[in-house]
Amino acid sequence: MGRYVIRRLLQMIPVFIGTTLLIFIMVYALGDPVSALFGDRAPDPATAAQIRHDLHLDEPLWKQYLLYMAGIFTGNFGTAFNGQPVTELMRTAFPITVRLTIVAILIEAVFGVLLGVVSGLRRRGWVDTAVLVLTLVVVSVPTFVTGYLLQLLLGVRWGVAPATVSAEAPFNELIVPGLVLAAVSLAYVTRLTRTTVAENARADYVRTAVAKGLPRHRVVGRHLLRNSLIPVVTFLGTDIGALMGGALVTERIFNIHGVGYQLYQGILRQNSPTVVGFVTILVIIFLIANLLVDLLYAVLDPRIRYA
Amino acid sequence: MPELTKTPVETEVPETGALAAAEPVREKARSLWQDAWRDLRRNPVFIISGLLITFLVVIAIWPGLIASGDPGDCDLAHSLQGSAAGHPFGFDQQGCDVYTRTVFGARASITVGVLATLGSAVLGGVLGGLAGFFGGWWDTLLSRLADVFFGIPILLGGLVFLSLVGGSLWSVITFIVLLGWPQVARIARGAVVTVKQQDYVQAARALGAGSTRMMLRHVLPNAVAPVIVVSTIALGTYISLEATLSFLGVGLRPPTVSWGIDISSASSSFRNAPHMLLYPAGALSITVLAFILLGDAVRDALDPKLR
Repeated sequence: MGRYVIRRLLQMIPVFIGTTLLIFIMVYALGDPVSALFGDRAPDPATAAQIRHDLHLDEPLWKQYLLYMAGIFTGNFGTAFNGQPVTELMRTAFPITVRLTIVAILIEAVFGVLLGVVSGLRRRGWVDTAVLVLTLVVVSVPTFVTGYLLQLLLGVRWGVAPATVSAEAPFNELIVPGLVLAAVSLAYVTRLTRTTVAENARADYVRTAVAKGLPRHRVVGRHLLRNSLIPVVTFLGTDIGALMGGALVTERIFNIHGVGYQLYQGILRQNSPTVVGFVTILVIIFLIANLLVDLLYAVLDPRIRYA
Repeated sequence: MPELTKTPVETEVPETGALAAAEPVREKARSLWQDAWRDLRRNPVFIISGLLITFLVVIAIWPGLIASGDPGDCDLAHSLQGSAAGHPFGFDQQGCDVYTRTVFGARASITVGVLATLGSAVLGGVLGGLAGFFGGWWDTLLSRLADVFFGIPILLGGLVFLSLVGGSLWSVITFIVLLGWPQVARIARGAVVTVKQQDYVQAARALGAGSTRMMLRHVLPNAVAPVIVVSTIALGTYISLEATLSFLGVGLRPPTVSWGIDISSASSSFRNAPHMLLYPAGALSITVLAFILLGDAVRDALDPKLR
C-alpha cells in the first residue's frame, strides 16, 4: 500500500506540471495583460516596462512558469491586477464553492442511491420505468436550462426558495443551486446504483442471506447495499473535482461569487494570476480526489490489493 | 435509416464459424455487425431516436423545408410578443421569429456534434489504438498526455482556449476534439490490448503477418466496436457542451444561429417572456436526448455481454 501511494504521488507530478503549464501558456498567450490593465488608455511606455519588469513579464515564458511555481510552493499566488492578493480572493471564493459542492454531493449521494436502490430492486416495475425516463430527461437537459427553469419556478413563481444567493451564501440558500449542479450526476449515480444493485441481487451471498431467514431490510442494508456502493463511491469521489470546476454555469445563474465566478471574471478581464492560481488549485483537488478514490477502493473491496 | 457501418466481415468468419459450430446447426453464423444490426432493427428505442435524428439532420441541411422565414428577419415592433398567427413560438427581444430561429439553430448544433465526434473518434481511435498495439514508451507518453487533458476542467479550458482563438464553428469543434480524444483513446487502447492477446491474432502473427496486416485485418475490425459506442454516446454531450460554451459567450457568435446563443439572450427577459427560452431549450434537450438514446441502443446492440 505504501509503495503504491508513493508511486501514484510520483505519477501525479508530470500530470500536474503538464496541466498547469498548458493553462499557464494559454492564459499568458491571451494577450498583453499590462495593456488590459490600462483599459482603453495607451499606457506610458516607461510605466508599462516597469510593471512588466516587476511582474517578471519581460522574462521568457519558461522562466515565468518556474518563478510562478516557486511562488506557489511558498504560498504566494501572486497579486490580481487590482492589487488584491490572489490568496485573498481564494479565501472568499473557495469556501462558497466548497459549500455548494457539499450540498451537491449530498443530494447526489442521498437521492441517487435511494432512487437507484428502489428501482434496482423492482426492475421493470413502474417505479423503475419512471426513474429511468426521469434520469434520461435530466441528462438531456443542459445545466443552464435546468438552472433557469428551477430559478423561475421555485424562486420567482412559487417563492419557495431564494432566486439568487446573497454574498455570504449560507447553506440554506444553496439548496436549489446545489440541486441544479448535482442534477446530471444525480442521474448517473441513480443509474449506476440501479445497475449494480440489480446485478448483485442475483448474487449467491444475497440468496444465502435470504435463505437463512434474515429480514429484508437487513439483506438489503447490510449485504446488498454495502457491496453495491463501491462503484458509486468511486463516481462520487471523482465527481468532486468535476463539480468544483463545473460550478461556473450554476454560479452565474444564481449570482454566487464562488470559484467559477472569479474565474469567469478573471478570463474576461485577462486577469492571468487569478486564472492560473484558481486552476492550479482545482487541478490539485482533482488529482488528490482521484488518488483518494483509488485508495478508498482498496479499503471498501478487500479483493483489491495494491502492491 | 442508413446502414450503421459497413465493415468487411470476411475477417470474422473463422471465429464466428467456430462459435456457430458449437451451437445447433440451424442458427446461421453471423458476425458481430450483422447481429448488432438485427438487434437494432428490432429495438423501438433505436427506431424512435433514429427517426428523430434523421428529421434533425434533414432540418439542419434544409431548414427551409419547415420554416419559410429568415432568422435574421426581425421587427422590433414585435419585441417579446407571445405566439401569433404564423408565428407559433412568438418573438424574441429583437422581434425575431422564435420558431424560425429554433429551426435554423439545428444546423450549428448538429454540425458541431457530428464533426467533433468524428474528429475525436478518429484522433483518439488512432492514437489510442497505436498505443495499445505497440505499447512501450509511446503508450506511457500517450497515457500521461491523456491524464493532462483529463485534469483540465472542461468549461474552464473552453473559456480560456476560445477566448484565446476566438469563437467560431471551427474553433469550437477543434476545442471539443482536443478535450474529447483522450476519452476515446483510453477505450481504443483497452480494446486493442484485449484483442491483441486473442488466439487468432497470435495465430496470424505465427503465420508471419506483418504489423500493418495484423492491425488492419485482425485487430481493427474487432476493436472498433467500443470506439463507436463511446463516440455515439459522446455526441449528445458534445452538442450540450457547444450550447453551454455559446451560452457563456465564448462559443459560436452571432450571426450564427445557435440554441446556446438564443438561450443566453433569452435569459435576461426570461421572467417576463419564458417562451423565448423554452423553445430553443426544448429543441436542444430533445436533440441531446435523441443522441443519448441512439448511443444507448448502439451500446446494447454491440456489447455481446448484455445479450
